[in-house]
Amino acid sequence: MEKIYFDYAATTPVDKGVAEKITPFLEEKFGNPSSLHAFGQEAVFALDRARESVARFFGAKEREIIFMPSATVANNVAIQGALQKKEKPHVVTSAIEHKAVIEPLKNSSAEVTYLPVYKEGVIKEEDVKKAIKENTVLVSIGYANSEIGTIQPIGKIGKIIEKENEKRRNKIIFHTDAVQAVNYLPCKVDKLKVDLLTMSGHKIYGPKGAAALYVREKTPMSPILFGASQEKGFYPGTENVFAFAGLGFALEEIKKNDSEETKKLRDRIIDFVLKEIPETKLNGERERRLPNNVNITVEGAEGESLMMALDNEKIAVSTGSACASNSLSPSHVLLSIGLSRERAHGSLRITLGRYTTEEEVDYFLEKLPPIVERLRKISGK
Amino acid sequence: MKNYYTKEVIDRFLNPKHFGEMKDASGIGKAGNPRCGDQMEVFIKVKEGKIIDASFRTLGCAAAIATSDVICEMIIGKTPKEALSITEEEMVKELKKLPAVKVHCSSLAIEGLKKAVNDYEKRK
Ligand code: FES
Repeated sequence: MEKIYFDYAATTPVDKGVAEKITPFLEEKFGNPSSLHAFGQEAVFALDRARESVARFFGAKEREIIFMPSATVANNVAIQGALQKKEKPHVVTSAIEHKAVIEPLKNSSAEVTYLPVYKEGVIKEEDVKKAIKENTVLVSIGYANSEIGTIQPIGKIGKIIEKENEKRRNKIIFHTDAVQAVNYLPCKVDKLKVDLLTMSGHKIYGPKGAAALYVREKTPMSPILFGASQEKGFYPGTENVFAFAGLGFALEEIKKNDSEETKKLRDRIIDFVLKEIPETKLNGERERRLPNNVNITVEGAEGESLMMALDNEKIAVSTGSACASNSLSPSHVLLSIGLSRERAHGSLRITLGRYTTEEEVDYFLEKLPPIVERLRKISGK
Repeated sequence: MKNYYTKEVIDRFLNPKHFGEMKDASGIGKAGNPRCGDQMEVFIKVKEGKIIDASFRTLGCAAAIATSDVICEMIIGKTPKEALSITEEEMVKELKKLPAVKVHCSSLAIEGLKKAVNDYEKRK
């Protein structure tokens, strides 16, 4: 068996067709889109085309799409941009947001309410309503969680905020980080009723170094980076034409039927593990969950060692164990759904993707039980 | 290719020789890192002043398992007092190298050993 990649939530390979279409931008079509000559205009054409395809995918206008170098930068631009020039801003978010949302919030002057996600890993939309205050400026809720794959009711939250906004002067801005959702979930911004949406190229079989931020027209936002006027001034600097073009092409390749296949494989893994390996649990609810995410806890084994043992069998997975983090603290997501430190310690995340095969899943399910057994012998648990 | 762990760590981690509970141990030491949830136990058997056997049980990362195995190997044949003089550096040397964030896993092993020797002294 060749190397098996079960870490699609971390990053994805670039789709072959996409890669072919964008390599010319490294050599022949290298122009700077700010140049008026033919070289530059060729690049402008590519950027326009990419923007068009992003806009189409999200049901947005082209002028509402801003290219960004990464989802983290996009979230910073979104969050800091929404908070600027606001007095004593209050923000509502969830306890399981990605660091790329939590950290910009922590480093701002805003007062932040972190909504609970309960043991299911899903927030209750009523909680959003209850959390909104006079000075609430922003609600930022991730669409699907990168660790446990749970899906938040973004459309329903959007409705609540819309209603709320009808009766207030200082409108609340609604942001969602949809990085993990784009491959699998409906993403039309009008259905979701979001004002800001973050997405990333390298999670959807596009290149790294490309992300996009959707900014609904008339959303009161201030730039946080300054330079020339590229990307409507929100991300000044010469555009990464190669990567942005790739992001556009990658979006065109997303097919919804991918989901069904992936979900079947996911369910095979979940069912097998829960049935065949004693003392294992699924982390996060099963129903409202991305079709490619498995996150389990294996008692009596530690996640990093599980991961390294699988790596030795050429299977790449990840873990929320403290032992695998530089800070030596367990995943805040796992703790937020009520796992003890011990249970977070034994967590393993398997994320599938477009190229996952049944054979790969079989191979994994054959290798996992003896590894668990061996590590449990070593731990004596 | 660059690997996170050296081959020495991986070999030990995959095939540790000294794991398992020891029923007739002369001393048992438990150590743990409450922050990341790691737990380790060291068992020693002492005869005529020398450690003639050692084993461990470890719930932790690959580095923790590898260093547990190393320490058991290193102390067999030593007197308990000699065993206590083993340093983190000496253990890391056996494994060629440990990632910087993993050095604390070797202190876990040393801690466990210390407690096992104490336990042995107490029981004597
Ligand atoms: S045992 Fe937790 S990092 Fe090594």
